[in-house]
Amino acid sequence: MKGQSVGVFVSGVIFGAGLGLAGMTQPAKVIAFLDVTEHWDASLAFVMLGAIGVHATFLALFSRRVPGGDGVGAQAPAVRAKSPTVDLRLVIGSAIFGIGWGMAGFCPGPAVVSVVTGWRTPLLFVGAMLVGMGAHALAFGRRAEDAGGRAVERACS
Amino acid sequence: MTHFTPIPALAGGMLIGASASLLWIVNRRVAGISGIVAGLLPRGSSRSDRRERSPEISWRALFVVGLLSGGLLVELLHPSSFGPTPVPASLAIVAGLLVGFGTRLGGGCTSGHGVCGLSHLSVRSLWATLTFMATGVVAAIVVQHVLGGGR
Repeated sequence: MKGQSVGVFVSGVIFGAGLGLAGMTQPAKVIAFLDVTEHWDASLAFVMLGAIGVHATFLALFSRRVPGGDGVGAQAPAVRAKSPTVDLRLVIGSAIFGIGWGMAGFCPGPAVVSVVTGWRTPLLFVGAMLVGMGAHALAFGRRAEDAGGRAVERACS
Repeated sequence: MTHFTPIPALAGGMLIGASASLLWIVNRRVAGISGIVAGLLPRGSSRSDRRERSPEISWRALFVVGLLSGGLLVELLHPSSFGPTPVPASLAIVAGLLVGFGTRLGGGCTSGHGVCGLSHLSVRSLWATLTFMATGVVAAIVVQHVLGGGR
């Protein structure tokens, strides 16, 4: 599956380059966005706008949506469910993630990309992040969706 | 004080969106960095576990290598794109622990839920995004103004 491998690799390169161009590898910009009380930097909103704008348009145009067929809807019935499972884990987990994000201005992508600088802080952050992920796995065990499930809901992680 | 940079932000965001779209085309996977990284962590230790997981690991490893390569490109062409985190190392470590644990518990991060989930019209991701945005705002305000930047 060589073409697929190239595609995955190129996707990663574009993602990393995009984060750099967008300024997300500058935690100060992220904090300046989240800290709305002072010197607000709205740049991150434009990053999300650009990203969702492109990706949502792509999905709307090119992902077949035949119910029961091979498309977004069929891959992930939960996406179209009337009462999607917005459970406590989702909310609490997201809340915890947000706190860490607001504290240091790093989320997983930019932190990993920043490792190339060799600076201490991104390395420490990424190391701690891996420990945090490991702690979750120990506490809660392996999540079933990591075993190859392709549903959008489960894969949005 | 940072500067409002709408054009590079928009352009970079569009690249991120393009990346996610490419990954969806070639692999039918979500470009959620927390899940991709977490999937690389060792799980079971048996040989059959490893064999079973090897395709799960390979695409993730490829993507992360791509991420780092993209980073190297940026470092070579425009190193000022990188900036230090304005909080001390101790806070960065605590933040990392929270991000690692929280993204697993919540099932995603800014790319997984924020970009991909919202683009897939996922209600779960909407709630996730609203939540981490809200606590992100509170945490940033508290650290910057109540804790004096953590120093």
